[in-house]
Amino acid sequence: MMLQFLATKTIRAALTMWLVITFVFIVLRISGDPTDILLPDDASDAVRNFYRAKWGLDRPLWDQYLSYWSALLTGDFGISLRNNLPAWDMVMDRAPKTLLLGGTALGFSLAIGLPLGILAAWWRGSSLDRAVMTTAVFGFSMPNFFLGILLILTFSLHLRWLPSSGSETAAHLILPAFTLGTAFAAQLARFTRSAMIDVLTKPYMTTAKSKGASEARRVFAHAVPNASVPIATILGLKVGELIGGAVVTETVFAWPGLGRLLVHAVAVRDLAVVQAILILIAATMVATNLLVDLYYGWADPRVRVGRTKGARA
Amino acid sequence: MPLIQVDTLDVTIRRRDGTPVQPVRGVSLCVDAGETLALVGESGCGKSLTCLAIAGLLPRRARAQGRVVMQDTDLLALPRRAARLRRRALIASVFQDATNALNPVRPIGWQVAEAIRLRRSVTRAEAGNEAVRLLGRVGLPEPERRAREYPHQFSGGMNQRAMIALAIAGRPHLLIADEATTALDVTIQAQILDLIADLQAELGMGMIFVTHDLGIVAQAADRAAVMYAGRIVETAPVTALFASPRHPYTRGLLQALPRVDHDGRPLSTIDGIVPPPDRMPPGCAFAPRCPRVGAGCDATIPVSQPLTEAPARSVACHRPVPLSEEV
Repeated sequence: MMLQFLATKTIRAALTMWLVITFVFIVLRISGDPTDILLPDDASDAVRNFYRAKWGLDRPLWDQYLSYWSALLTGDFGISLRNNLPAWDMVMDRAPKTLLLGGTALGFSLAIGLPLGILAAWWRGSSLDRAVMTTAVFGFSMPNFFLGILLILTFSLHLRWLPSSGSETAAHLILPAFTLGTAFAAQLARFTRSAMIDVLTKPYMTTAKSKGASEARRVFAHAVPNASVPIATILGLKVGELIGGAVVTETVFAWPGLGRLLVHAVAVRDLAVVQAILILIAATMVATNLLVDLYYGWADPRVRVGRTKGARA
Repeated sequence: MPLIQVDTLDVTIRRRDGTPVQPVRGVSLCVDAGETLALVGESGCGKSLTCLAIAGLLPRRARAQGRVVMQDTDLLALPRRAARLRRRALIASVFQDATNALNPVRPIGWQVAEAIRLRRSVTRAEAGNEAVRLLGRVGLPEPERRAREYPHQFSGGMNQRAMIALAIAGRPHLLIADEATTALDVTIQAQILDLIADLQAELGMGMIFVTHDLGIVAQAADRAAVMYAGRIVETAPVTALFASPRHPYTRGLLQALPRVDHDGRPLSTIDGIVPPPDRMPPGCAFAPRCPRVGAGCDATIPVSQPLTEAPARSVACHRPVPLSEEV
């Protein structure tokens, strides 16, 4: 039964990947001719046609699509039109930096958002609750470029504590990770709070109290496992965003990650690189959501049993 | 000395706009070991809040004042932690909606074992075995397998059995059953009532049985306390109460009950509605609906007094029904 569950999820993931790849391929091909941007304005038609033929752009779309796929299946993501390096190598060159930044930001948001959300829910209506929720509104309504520049002005320019750009040392990571993680920490705190409040008013929380369980036990043994299911859902959606959506933060802090590479590649119509990055981001999203699905099955017996025993009324 | 003595218990709830309301006023009652007291009344009369106050389960916006004395200790006067530990050793509750009163992501056995481990120092394995034994004791078939299942895999009746196992796990002195059979089919209801009676005899527990069903009162309780608009209006042994209710409200309730021996007579109803807690009349809360209302009823709130002819009974009424009047 577990196998069937995994098989369904894997097939669905593969289908998603196919749709993403196809969509990206078609949109990139119909949105403009790379030779317009990559070649000088005064390049002759002969030169343009030479490059079109070289990159296969003169062939019909379906033909390009098929050869793109046959290359993909052998692990060949194409050659960057810009600097003739394999697109996959360029992407893999940047991916660890992005993963480091996104991962640190995620860890930071979890470490801040979850405990604050839980505390605010438990003491709802208190001044702590109001303080957390007010701060959270600031946190997620502040645009990343603004927060980033504010942090640079304070910690780099004035206090001279932390470097403002680059990625050489751990100190370089602090400001961009904080910038990227703040908004999510705020959203997570709010979401955790409402998920917890929903759970805390359930009759089984009264039962736990009637057993004489301590407050800590009621929160962590009874409420949190129930609230973790909806929280896992938004985590799944957000992880992809932290990996692929760090463009602004990476630009502000000159962080050599995928986001900046993507923006650049789109601007110059470097088809192979754009495709490789989007495939990687899509794969990350699909994988995270697969993990979230597996977590549902583990954390919520109603999901698990519903699947192993078939539908129950 | 009674097992539990509740003296002039008030429950005050602060509403969202800050105004306080008092849905439970001056409730006094007592229960002996092995005895079952039924707490009867319409929805909203304060019977559940009374129980929650005794068990220390009131929501944060509600406050209990008065005295709840068990083993010479006033539970309401204890600091929070001490009160929790004392109640943990003495009181257990069973609720109406067992399926939602059990944690959906924890196995049934885990939930019973937790109750055991919270009240007795036993190992995890011992608690697990004891949980299976208790689940068998409350009549779950295949308790060993069932202990590993979850509330959504159980029927309402099975969940209520599990809930009862969980409640008796700590060998409580007082069991509070708040509408414990209301949500169940009649046949299951009878089985659960039998089970509770068995366990009560076996463990010698005192019991407070909250219900709005007078049929269950007759079947399950030794004494009954009738509540109206937050106050206890009449307390009496069940047989005496059914034979000769002294409070006009109790009489109205009994006359609204279908009976086999009163064939052909139309069932009566009590006109009007219960006044909301923030718009109580100055005198007796039942006066506006009372068929026996007279001078003085709307002036002062009647005090609950033992009857001279039957000291085990008390009634809070300015113009109680005379003994000669049958239902």
